[in-house]
Amino acid sequence: MTPPTERPTVSLSALPLKRSSILPGFGLSLGYTLVYLSIIVLLPLAALVLKASGLGLSGLWSIGVQPRVFAALKTSFTLALAAAAINVVFGVIVAWVLTRYDFPGRRLLDAAVDLPFALPTAVAGIALAAIYAPNGWIGALIAPLGWKIAFTPLGIVVALIFIGLPFIVRTVQPVIVDLEQDVEEASASLGATRLQTLSRVILPALTPALLTGFALAFARGVGEYGSVIFIAGNLPFISEIAPLLIVVKLEEFNYEGATAIAIWMLAISFFILFAINLIQAWSRRRFGNV
Amino acid sequence: MSEAATGWAGAPAESIWSGPEKKAARRSRSPVTGESDLLKAVLIGVTVVFLSLFLILPLAIVFTEAFSKGVAAYWGALISPDARSAIGLTLTVAAIAVPANIMFGLAAAWAIAKFHFPGKSFLITLIDLPFSVSPVVAGLMFVLLFGAHGLLGPWLKAHDLEIIFAVPGIVLATIFVTFPFVARELIALMEDQGTGDEETALSLGASGFSTFMRVTLPNIKWALLYGVLLCNARAMGEFGAVSVVSGHIRGKTNTMPLHVEILYNEYNTAAAFAVASLLALLALITLVLKTLLETRFNDALPGKARGH
Repeated sequence: MTPPTERPTVSLSALPLKRSSILPGFGLSLGYTLVYLSIIVLLPLAALVLKASGLGLSGLWSIGVQPRVFAALKTSFTLALAAAAINVVFGVIVAWVLTRYDFPGRRLLDAAVDLPFALPTAVAGIALAAIYAPNGWIGALIAPLGWKIAFTPLGIVVALIFIGLPFIVRTVQPVIVDLEQDVEEASASLGATRLQTLSRVILPALTPALLTGFALAFARGVGEYGSVIFIAGNLPFISEIAPLLIVVKLEEFNYEGATAIAIWMLAISFFILFAINLIQAWSRRRFGNV
Repeated sequence: MSEAATGWAGAPAESIWSGPEKKAARRSRSPVTGESDLLKAVLIGVTVVFLSLFLILPLAIVFTEAFSKGVAAYWGALISPDARSAIGLTLTVAAIAVPANIMFGLAAAWAIAKFHFPGKSFLITLIDLPFSVSPVVAGLMFVLLFGAHGLLGPWLKAHDLEIIFAVPGIVLATIFVTFPFVARELIALMEDQGTGDEETALSLGASGFSTFMRVTLPNIKWALLYGVLLCNARAMGEFGAVSVVSGHIRGKTNTMPLHVEILYNEYNTAAAFAVASLLALLALITLVLKTLLETRFNDALPGKARGH
């Protein structure tokens, strides 16, 4: 088979485009984009920032260190971190198995990985709560051992694993597909055992994608609400997540409190987004397109 | 004409090339670049158990619980007035939010992918922003803007307009959380495709509008459908953002996910799962269509890790 000739469009886009384009509609499309973006995203964001600036830094700080607020933020961030870490381990295994091995049901499982993207979070929440509750399918199995998952912080981790899994798998999978077999062969013919090839050749190549997937899953987990609240138990200081505390504050008409928690969460989320961009830039330089 | 057009898009030629190539790589790996059968079996076992526990079981229990009190109870839960109004509202909200985001996605992708201008990457970051904002925070923003004590609250009240605790608020919150889906698919693909096709059409005398309709749109239709699928699934299933702005007024501002929550909190588990099963069905249909698009038209979709 002869390789197909490259599409002309691809080679064109690689060239620096001339500054003045003959394509019409720039003003209209950009104008529409900016107006729509402003109404849907920037204006609400501005309302939040305005409310926060009314509180001032000291106000934000004093709300942030209130014991219940601090506990909720800590719960959200540490559990999201834990879930993302667990997902990295199992996500790599899942991505590897689904990409490299053939077994009955592989395609079905591969498609199922995207389920958390498609299943509404409230549905996931009640389903996980039903499974892991003390009288549920899994909950009843482990209850005799004295273990409890639903209505404890562990339940939150379960929900966040569910929510975060596709981020890791779908970020790592294309990298595994693109791994050159030659590199593994070279490593093996130079005397490396399979384990050495895995740990010294393959894992480093996966690392940038893993970090990206980790950050995405972590960021999503911090803000997750629907799938968590049903399984969490929602006890203040123990299993109360930050988004739930925002809802609680809103129900008390405590807009300042809700705003401050949101600002704390946003600040950390922006930091993660920034980190993702740095990681992606670095991984592209180091390993090509990831 | 139609043959020339497909050749132009370039997709079929590539799919013939890359398809079998990748499948061959999976099947015939030499022993030095594969794992032992034992390790293989263990890894496959771990994967199957892990995915069953976290993905298959939740899906299974939705349908088991939904029918736990029989088909009659299941049907009764779905046709109750509150459930019907929730289904109606969910469909209405999606019918407004999804087209709104399609229009935006097309406009944004055209401006960003076909032209060079300063601040482009900042604009892309802003478009992706809703994905990194917690849905609850998104809802809070709209409450602070349009709520009774919000920035525009007094003005809205003076003009007798209701946004928060009413349908417009639910629509706005849904548009916010589904904002990037269509745009990011189209931007990624149209940047790959460049401007060559459109320039050719224009230089052959086509008008701007017919260039867009007859050249650009056919080039991006599968990616557009892909983005719409994801956007719609999220629009119908959104919980956090909608929960904050809706006020949970039964029969008025309850969407399907909110109705599920209310039933569940009333310990009406079978009914909650019955309504949830409709949403799960929607998720399954979305997954099937998505997988179909990915296997059938992979080269007409932007090649990148998929998120959200």
